[in-house]
Amino acid sequence: MYDIIVIGGGPAGLAAAVEAKKEGVDNILILERDRELGGILNQCIHNGFGLHTFKEQLTGPEYAGRYIDMAMDLKIPYKLNTMVLDMERKDDDTKVVHAINEEDGYMALEAKAVILTMGCRERTAGAIGIPGFRPAGVFTAGTAQRFINMEGYMTGKEVVILGSGDIGLIMARRMTLEGAHVKCVCEIMPYSNGLTRNIVQCLDDFNIPLKLSHTITFIHGKDRVEAVDVTQVDENLKPIPGTTETIPCDTLLLSVGLIPENEISRGAGVEIDRRTQGPSISELCETNLPGVFAAGNVVHVHDLVDFVSQEAALAGKGAARYVKGHLEEDINFTTVNGDGIGNVVPEKITVANLDDSVNCYMRVRKVSTDTVINCYIGDEKIATKKARKFVPAEMVNFKIKKSDLEKYHDGELKFVVEPKEA
Amino acid sequence: MKKEMVCISCPMGCHLTVEGEGDNWTVTGNSCKNGERYGIQEMTDPRRILPTTVVIKGAMISRLPVKTAQEIPKGKLFDAMDELSKVVVEAPVKVGDVVLKNVCDTGIDVIATKTMPAV
Ligand SMILES: Cc1cc2nc3c(=O)[nH]c(=O)nc-3n(C[C@H](O)[C@H](O)[C@H](O)COP(=O)(O)OP(=O)(O)OC[C@H]3O[C@@H](n4cnc5c(N)ncnc54)[C@H](O)[C@@H]3O)c2cc1C
Ligand code: SF4
Repeated sequence: MYDIIVIGGGPAGLAAAVEAKKEGVDNILILERDRELGGILNQCIHNGFGLHTFKEQLTGPEYAGRYIDMAMDLKIPYKLNTMVLDMERKDDDTKVVHAINEEDGYMALEAKAVILTMGCRERTAGAIGIPGFRPAGVFTAGTAQRFINMEGYMTGKEVVILGSGDIGLIMARRMTLEGAHVKCVCEIMPYSNGLTRNIVQCLDDFNIPLKLSHTITFIHGKDRVEAVDVTQVDENLKPIPGTTETIPCDTLLLSVGLIPENEISRGAGVEIDRRTQGPSISELCETNLPGVFAAGNVVHVHDLVDFVSQEAALAGKGAARYVKGHLEEDINFTTVNGDGIGNVVPEKITVANLDDSVNCYMRVRKVSTDTVINCYIGDEKIATKKARKFVPAEMVNFKIKKSDLEKYHDGELKFVVEPKEA
Repeated sequence: MKKEMVCISCPMGCHLTVEGEGDNWTVTGNSCKNGERYGIQEMTDPRRILPTTVVIKGAMISRLPVKTAQEIPKGKLFDAMDELSKVVVEAPVKVGDVVLKNVCDTGIDVIATKTMPAV
């Protein structure tokens, strides 16, 4: 029996395994379905990773490489090309992970603890329901990224991108540099969902127009994309008649959001938070199932991999404590999203497990300036988070001190966006 | 001259105001020293890191990710892409290996961003 099995060998899985090993747990196994470790970072060849963790601007493969080296130095065992099918928890609390690969065939692997780090996948055209056929030439931005950056295969010459999330923006620059003509990026919201720096260095640098409050209402072409209809939307996101423009193109890239990949979690009975679409977790990333932990994009979609690594290290620490029987399980606090906040992670906090503080990650619902995020227990304000500007695209990291929580023992932590006090 | 811009040196994306001329610039709105450097550079000689790929033979996949070791002038991005499209490297390659010296006479090398063993 393994002490810990880690499902998914991306940055979250690697950081979790490394931390668990450092905490003194030896019998760890990482299972990865791809042909190499590193996860989605292998295709993210652009720079901008790791400023918090390594104080340098690394590319995705470089960032992944550092964690792969750490895992190799610690001699953590892993299996590649290994697909995890499902997981169950037996009555005696043993976890059984069912997996398959060519060499070992079908395996039922037992573990005391499991860390779920399967990442997320992209929403597709079907998932957002654009009318028209589904001709060749419609790709999710991540699929196009993998084709171009890893296989060297260009997906087209005349490109329209729907969605201004970071992947869409990064691909606008990438395809332009590779000689394609990116005609525009359409965003249904009145603001971009990507980091401002990506708008500057990916769109503005190359004079690629960003059409805010615009969406695609029809895809023309039966075998191959021939054009798309781009239409302006009103404040209720409804297309405005008479504003449609038909833009010829051979490629449509969709960058319309990511969904945590939780088939395995659901199958095992892990409770999913409807707001994040990922498991509800504790301060040390434990799900509702004792000994089952989750971290990274499988829990909630992160925009910075540094936060993925931070969160995953907590999961590694939690799993190590669980294996050694040191994990406290009495929940003191739950977190809730008040006005202006979309979701908060972790959902529950056991104060005894904290070192000196807990990082609460959250997303605001809309862009605001001259506001703060306040944290309340009952009617009492216990902490305030300031920023020049809050935008939904950038996850907020709100640190709450253990000493502040200890004053209350238990209750509900409520996060609210409020006007800045004069 | 006065210009407002977003600092792209890190994901904070500070809003900078850069004012001045010649050798004399003041930057406000930055949260750190890199922002000042970026603001002045953007007015005098805008530069970018270029991350891209080159063809690799004998590895598990056919493209090796690379980047310019430092920022190169913005105006040379497409010329650099042209030069790099002619580069073919052989596996094995280690992260940090130089795949092209002095790209477009910038004095800056292009380096591998991934270790790829030979297969
Ligand atoms: C296009 C793009 C651009 C980004 N740009 C930036 C950026 O500029 N800066 C930044 O800081 N962050 C960026 N990010 C975010 C960062 O890459 C992610 O937050 C990070 O990779 C998430 O790590 P993860 O380990 O949770 O997930 P992943 O990297 O997705 O890893 C999950 C792993 O689990 C494996 N897996 C899944 N299911 C199974 C299964 N059933 N069996 C076995 N293995 C399985 C997958 O193969 C994968 O290797 C970007 C992300 C994307 C997609
Ligand atoms: S000024 Fe400093 S903190 Fe602000 S974006 Fe630039 S590098 Fe980042």
